[in-house]
Amino acid sequence: MAVLEHVSPPPHRWIAAERASDVEVTQAVADPIFAPVGRAWWIAFAATIPFVLWLVVTIVWIFYRGIGIWGVNSTVVWGFAIANYVWWIGIGNAGTLISAMLLLTRQRWRASINRFAEAMTLFAVAIAGIMPIIHLGRPLYFYWLAPYPNTMTLWPQWRSALVWDFWSILSYLLFSILFWYISLVPDLATMRDRAVTRGGQVLYGMFALGWQGSARQWRRLETVHTTMAALGVPLVCSVHSIVGLDFAASLMPGWAESIFPPYFVVGAMYSGFGMVVLLAVAFRWGLRLEAIITRNHFEVMGKVLLMASIVMGYSYASEWFMAWYGGRHVDRDLTAFLFTGSYAPLYWGQLFCNVLAPQALWFRAVRRSLPALVVISILINVGMGLERILIVWNTLSHAYMPSLWHVFKMTFWDWSILIAPLGLFAFMFLLFVRLVPSIAMYDVRRLTHEEHAS
Amino acid sequence: MTAPLLAEFADPDSLRVALDRVGHDGHRAIEAFTPYPIEGLDVPLGIGPSRIRLAMLVGGLAVAAFAFALQYYSAVFAYPINSGGRPLNSWPVFLLVPFEVGIFSAALAGILAFLWSCRLPRLHDPLFAIPGFERATQDRFFLLATADNNDDATLALRHLLEEAGALVVTEVRQP
Repeated sequence: MAVLEHVSPPPHRWIAAERASDVEVTQAVADPIFAPVGRAWWIAFAATIPFVLWLVVTIVWIFYRGIGIWGVNSTVVWGFAIANYVWWIGIGNAGTLISAMLLLTRQRWRASINRFAEAMTLFAVAIAGIMPIIHLGRPLYFYWLAPYPNTMTLWPQWRSALVWDFWSILSYLLFSILFWYISLVPDLATMRDRAVTRGGQVLYGMFALGWQGSARQWRRLETVHTTMAALGVPLVCSVHSIVGLDFAASLMPGWAESIFPPYFVVGAMYSGFGMVVLLAVAFRWGLRLEAIITRNHFEVMGKVLLMASIVMGYSYASEWFMAWYGGRHVDRDLTAFLFTGSYAPLYWGQLFCNVLAPQALWFRAVRRSLPALVVISILINVGMGLERILIVWNTLSHAYMPSLWHVFKMTFWDWSILIAPLGLFAFMFLLFVRLVPSIAMYDVRRLTHEEHAS
Repeated sequence: MTAPLLAEFADPDSLRVALDRVGHDGHRAIEAFTPYPIEGLDVPLGIGPSRIRLAMLVGGLAVAAFAFALQYYSAVFAYPINSGGRPLNSWPVFLLVPFEVGIFSAALAGILAFLWSCRLPRLHDPLFAIPGFERATQDRFFLLATADNNDDATLALRHLLEEAGALVVTEVRQP
């Protein structure tokens, strides 16, 4: 079916089709879900299964043998579980942050990307939630973080960063589910009304809650959705600030820095936006959505990445400056260790990926080139992954006592917990595109009417 | 009592025109159904502001206050620990948890208030039985209007809707 074919130059700013009627928008988004599963999907799905099994085996082995299977030692007590936690929750932050901030600032183009960006949040936060539990020495007692009346008459230590994490992840995950679901209801109603099988009608009908699209319902939905977006922005900032406080509330050189909370929030948005670009390219190709996700979308996302990379560069520079200006020997020594120590090649790689490579986005041609954007987005996510692990490694490997200086040596299980969750992420996304409209259809309908493309 | 009429339109502008005329001619517009939110329907349909945001404020503050009280009770009375000489009521850090759970609770309260004010979930409704109404969530714009208690007025309303560009006008009979 030749709906929404790409024509160039695009006749509308955010819709790259001459005409995109309500029917065509609906068909373009909803029909792939009802169509039989294609070969590309099956191949991708089959490719993710081994990773999911790998992750299951890894987690079972961690629970059985304990955290000693990793390269952690009595000096570098944290490893990939913590770095992954920071990285994944960073990816997770971006979805809601993008969606809520763009909604509040009335950036209409968000309609094309907000749905799968929010789904990205859900899956990434769910994966992030695994990490602090498996990093515990005694994971079976993780529920001690929750306050409940118990025979030991114990209560959580509310001054502990781990307890803040528990509440912030839990609140954020549940909030993200609600925020995502409430904007999904009208599209689920569309799915209910287009489903031809009884099973589809019942399934989508239940989750659509009987939505009719009445003016009253739209008005109320808009009220609750916008208000949630307004609440979501401070929530997202606080969640990754609390992750930053896990480090900043310590007394370690390289961690006890007041810039950490905002620096973590920007880093989260940065890697998350990189991931959104990758997902947008994949969705655009896989679901033939060239008309809805246009090059103009990629161009504005490229600008956001460029801005974030500049802020990241500033944050790194301020760390170096403060180490020098603060004058403490241990801080200056750690900064020298960053550039010349055991992990120096990784640190230079991080600076290249996060600060230098994205400067190519100053050029319009780069922002409009999908291959270039894909490469830069991958580099950004690799660079942010390096940053997360180096924050853990550098400080712990080179803290106050020279007699305690140790280097982290990666084991097979470190690689496992680094790589296997990516497969689970892809696995969940593949299920998502088969079940839920991955583009907010009603928002795009409104967008096409505003663009006079319908 | 005569049954209300449901008119189907192909575009939002026809719907707006019809809505204006319905009010002008003394009929009563009950509700409009559209595939995406359309501005300017609230006043003619008499949709007032909702109290969703008030519910969110109350729900969020209540849970946040409860979370703070729980921390205060557990840290000051139930399990006091001298942690580096800090006061037992370390209120600045005790604000983090109330902030997080407070925002989540505000969202939950907002969604419950939204469902309550829209009378959802309601999986069945007489309108769903009308052929073609499934396009209200796709590409058609519907207006539900009613006339006075006599058949002449209903006929006049039907003519009005058809003149305004309605593709189909259907009587909605309550089951």
